[in-house]
Amino acid sequence: MISASDVTESTVAKTFATIPALLEQTPALIVRGRFLDCECLLGPVGEPFHASISAGRIVDLARAPVLMRSWQFSYCASPAAWAEYWQATPRPGWHDLLALTKRNEAVLEGDLHPFMAHLQYFKDVLALPRQHFARVST
Amino acid sequence: MTGHIADMTGHIEPMIGRYVHVDIGGEMHRIYFEENGVGIPLVCLHTAGSDGRQWRHLLADEEFTKNFRIIAFDLPWHGKSNPPPSWNGDEYQLTTARYTETIRAFCKALKLDKPVVMGCSIGGRIVLNLAIDHAAEFRALIGLEAADFQAPWYDTTWLNRPDIHGGEVCAALVSGLIAPQSPDISRTETLWAYKQGGPGVFKGDLYFYRVDGDLRGRVEKIDTKVCPLFLLTGEYDFSCTPEDTKRTAAAIDGASVTIMEQLGHFPMSENPEQFRRYISPVLDEILKLHMQTKQGVHA
Repeated sequence: MISASDVTESTVAKTFATIPALLEQTPALIVRGRFLDCECLLGPVGEPFHASISAGRIVDLARAPVLMRSWQFSYCASPAAWAEYWQATPRPGWHDLLALTKRNEAVLEGDLHPFMAHLQYFKDVLALPRQHFARVST
Repeated sequence: MTGHIADMTGHIEPMIGRYVHVDIGGEMHRIYFEENGVGIPLVCLHTAGSDGRQWRHLLADEEFTKNFRIIAFDLPWHGKSNPPPSWNGDEYQLTTARYTETIRAFCKALKLDKPVVMGCSIGGRIVLNLAIDHAAEFRALIGLEAADFQAPWYDTTWLNRPDIHGGEVCAALVSGLIAPQSPDISRTETLWAYKQGGPGVFKGDLYFYRVDGDLRGRVEKIDTKVCPLFLLTGEYDFSCTPEDTKRTAAAIDGASVTIMEQLGHFPMSENPEQFRRYISPVLDEILKLHMQTKQGVHA
C-alpha cells in the first residue's frame, strides 16, 4: 500500500482520470445517479477536473479551466487528502468527503443542490479508486 | 448456507415490544419500547433521526440480559412512537428540557428503580444533562459519542426541503460517520432507519444538538460519586470526535473515557460485535458496583 504522504499531484490526476471508466464498470451506481445531469469541478485544489455528468454517467472529464464552461458546484481537496480518501481502509477523519471539509482539507462551494440531492452517489463515485489506488500510484 | 437458513427458520428473538402510555408535559403519549432481561434496568436511547431498533443486538444478548433488564424506547415522532395527539403538523423541535422530561417520564411510567441510562449521539449528550441535573435518580450513566459540544459540519436545512429526498440525504450524510471496517449488512441496516425517518424529524432532533443543548461550562458540575459516568466514542466519529469526548471528560472528575477502535458514530448498530468488546467491561463494572452497594446495605 502506497503511503498517502508520498503521493504526487500527477498521481492524483492520473487516478482521477480512471474514475469515468470505473463508473462504467459499476452499473448500480449509474442507476443511482440516473436523474443527475450536472457540470461540476472535482479533483485537486488548484487543478481540478471539469466533469460533465449526464444521467449518472461521467460523459466528459477535462482538466479545468475549460474556456467559458459553467459549473454548478465544486468539490476540491488537497492531493494528500485524495490519497488518504482512496486508501483501502482510510484513516479516521480522512474516510468521508465531509470529514475532509470539516478538517479543512477540502472545499465545497457553488450551488450545492446537485451535490446534496445525490450525496451518496458522489461519495461512492469519488471513492471508486479505492479498489485500485495502490496499483495506479505505483 | 441453505441448511443454516433452514435451521434458523422459526427462530423468535427474545425481546418483547409493547406500548406504554406516558404523561409528558401534561399530554399522554403512546410510547413504543422493547425489552429483554432481568435485573438492573438499562434504558437505551437511540441517535437523532433513528429509533430503538439500533439496540436490537444488545437486547438479544444472552449474557447481558442475565443481569440487566435492557429497555429501548422510541422517542415520540420516531419509530413506532407516533407524534402526540395535539400535534398539528408544526415544525418538530426537540429541546433539552423536553428530552430530559421524556426520559424521566418514561422511567417513572415503567416504575424503574434507579435505572442505568445509556444514550448515543443526542442520547449521549442528554445523558450528560441527566448527570448534571438528575444524577441521584440514576445508578450509572453511559454516553456513547457524547460531548458537551461539537462543531457543526453541515447545514441542517438540507435535511427537510421538498426538492431533496429527506430519507436519502439524511442517510447519505450520516453514512460517513460509520467506520469503514463495519460489516456492510450492519451499515445498510443502520442507514435504513435514517431513510425511514419522518420528514423533519432528524432536523428537529438536531435542534437540541446544535442550538439548545450546548453544555459547555455546565459539565463541571457533574459529581461521579453520586452517579458513575462512562463515556465511549468511536475513532471514526468525525461528528463527535474522540477529542470532543476527551475534552468533555477532562472537565469531569472521575469520568471514565474509552476510545473505541474500528467504530464510528453508531457503535451498537454499525458493528455490534466490536461494540460488545467495549461495552462488556462497562456493564461488568456497573454490576460490580451494584453488588458492592447491595452487600453494603446488608452488612
